[in-house]
Amino acid sequence: METWLYDLPIAVWIGGVLALYMAWAIGANDVANAMGTSVGSRALTIGRAIIVAGVLEFAGAFLAGGHVTDTVRKGMLDMDLVALRPEFLVYGMLAALASAGTLLLVATRYGLPVSTTHSIVGAIVGFGAVALGLEAVAWWKVGQIALSWLTSPLIGGLLAYLIFSLIRRLILDRERPMETARRYGPVFYFYVFFIIGMLTLFKGLKNLNLDRELPEALMISFGLGLIGAGLGWLFIRRVRAGPADEDHPFRRVERVFVLLQILTACAVAFAHGSNDVANAIGPLAAVVHVAQDLDVTGKSPVEPWMLAIGGVGIVIGLATWGYRVMETVGKKITELTPSRGFAAELGAATTIVLASRLGIPVSTTHVLVGSVLGVGLARGIDVLDLRVVGRILVSWAVTLPVAAILSVFFFYFFKGLLTP
Amino acid sequence: MPFISSLFGRSPIRPMQQHMKAAVTCAREVRPLVEAMAAGDGAAIAERRAEISRLEHEADQLKNEIRSHLPQRFFMAVSRRDMLEILDYQDSIADVAQDIAELAEIRSMKIPEPMREPMHELVRRVIATCEQAERIIDRLDELVETGFGAREVARVEEMINAVNREESETDAVAERCLRTLFAIEDQLGVSTLFWYKIIHWIAEMADYAERVGNRLRLLIAG
Repeated sequence: METWLYDLPIAVWIGGVLALYMAWAIGANDVANAMGTSVGSRALTIGRAIIVAGVLEFAGAFLAGGHVTDTVRKGMLDMDLVALRPEFLVYGMLAALASAGTLLLVATRYGLPVSTTHSIVGAIVGFGAVALGLEAVAWWKVGQIALSWLTSPLIGGLLAYLIFSLIRRLILDRERPMETARRYGPVFYFYVFFIIGMLTLFKGLKNLNLDRELPEALMISFGLGLIGAGLGWLFIRRVRAGPADEDHPFRRVERVFVLLQILTACAVAFAHGSNDVANAIGPLAAVVHVAQDLDVTGKSPVEPWMLAIGGVGIVIGLATWGYRVMETVGKKITELTPSRGFAAELGAATTIVLASRLGIPVSTTHVLVGSVLGVGLARGIDVLDLRVVGRILVSWAVTLPVAAILSVFFFYFFKGLLTP
Repeated sequence: MPFISSLFGRSPIRPMQQHMKAAVTCAREVRPLVEAMAAGDGAAIAERRAEISRLEHEADQLKNEIRSHLPQRFFMAVSRRDMLEILDYQDSIADVAQDIAELAEIRSMKIPEPMREPMHELVRRVIATCEQAERIIDRLDELVETGFGAREVARVEEMINAVNREESETDAVAERCLRTLFAIEDQLGVSTLFWYKIIHWIAEMADYAERVGNRLRLLIAG
């Protein structure tokens, strides 16, 4: 029992490096998904998208990243069983980071769609089942997570479908779309601000002691929504694109959605930060907690400094590599006008932040794909390539077992390395 | 893994509009061609034919490009099959224009005096029908932008009705052309057959323009 404690600082170091790498990879690869639609519709320039994404990803990770991190850290394994061999949790979590990192490296090299969330979950289940025994895995929780991978894109898609249908009925399909946009635009601004308020304030901002109970959160969010509606009203009044253009009657209306799309892109970035930081920091937190006080049952919360490491890692990934990915994504997604981007992103953001609040790690990308398909089903997008749906299914079928097997391999590797 | 970007295919709508523009420009070129035929100006006919061939080739290239960018797996706001059918009708306008120009040059035909006025009238109306169909195709963006909203659909349907009206007026003029032709068929001899063919082709361009509209009507209704 005493012997492995001696080695722990090394384990923490390895964990820190691997976690930083994971966070870097998330920033480099996934952030482009969140912001790409805004760049593609030219609502944001790449430079601005980077800055906005950096700030909100960090904020999301730091302020609201705790729930999912807790789930990754201790929700998927039976902590009472883990407590018998806490050192196995250290090896296992390092193995999870290492296998997810390896998968990411290979995936980036060959352009395969691998979700960081799926690889981490698969890896934890893998080492848990093999090293600690099948009964150590909290199958009920894992099943819930797996189910969410199916439901979250569906919910995102459904929401996006409804939001876009509403935009069409209220604004676009009218005799004078610009006038209806002036009238109903503020309603959408209200909703966006209200949702952002609800999802961050309602038990969300623990780290700032800003978590509020439901009635209070409702009231503050409602006020926030009203402020948003007011701002939106002012903004829409200022949208003057010169005389009505007969050939492109909707160009002006689309401009009403530009600011909304930027706001929802911010919400997606925030949601992404809060959801995906767990993939890097959850395992690290587990390692550190075992090292610190052996309190594997995890009464103590995830500490802000760990989330900060995750946030910084994501921002570095964004700054070093992410902008190139975003450039590519932005160039590819030019078919998405602001009204579509807004509908898709609002559907996705709502779904992801809800999942984060419930502590469920979902794949941000998959939710976003679901939302875009939702808008497409409402006949809102010219052309969608359904191959992506197939690739998502393949990614499910491949990522989980491969991550699990890799993680078992790395588990024994770290066990051999760190057991003196 | 920014595979969100692989979700989006290239929209065929802009190329479809370009193709329609090229096809209708072919149809428009039939007017100077017929004028040259009325004047019996062989050099001008050859010049017109070259221009029509060039435009038809351009339309063909656009057509092939659109086709190769619409693989089966695409999920589209406008269904792939409908889009390809409309494309075929559009392309037929250019093809028929080329047929007319080809025959006009190879057989160097001069329009007999009594047929000049009705034929000019026919060409004028056919071009108007094609241009109306082109305006409809130009509304495809707006249809998609409103997500095929009821109001925009009604607007486009009205435009399609206009094409239908123009086409039936074209038919009436084509009949007048044919009556004039058959009235003088004894003087023309075997040329009658070729004039019959040319009148038929000119009117056929309006048929195809109408089919573009009608196909679109089915598509926006469903």
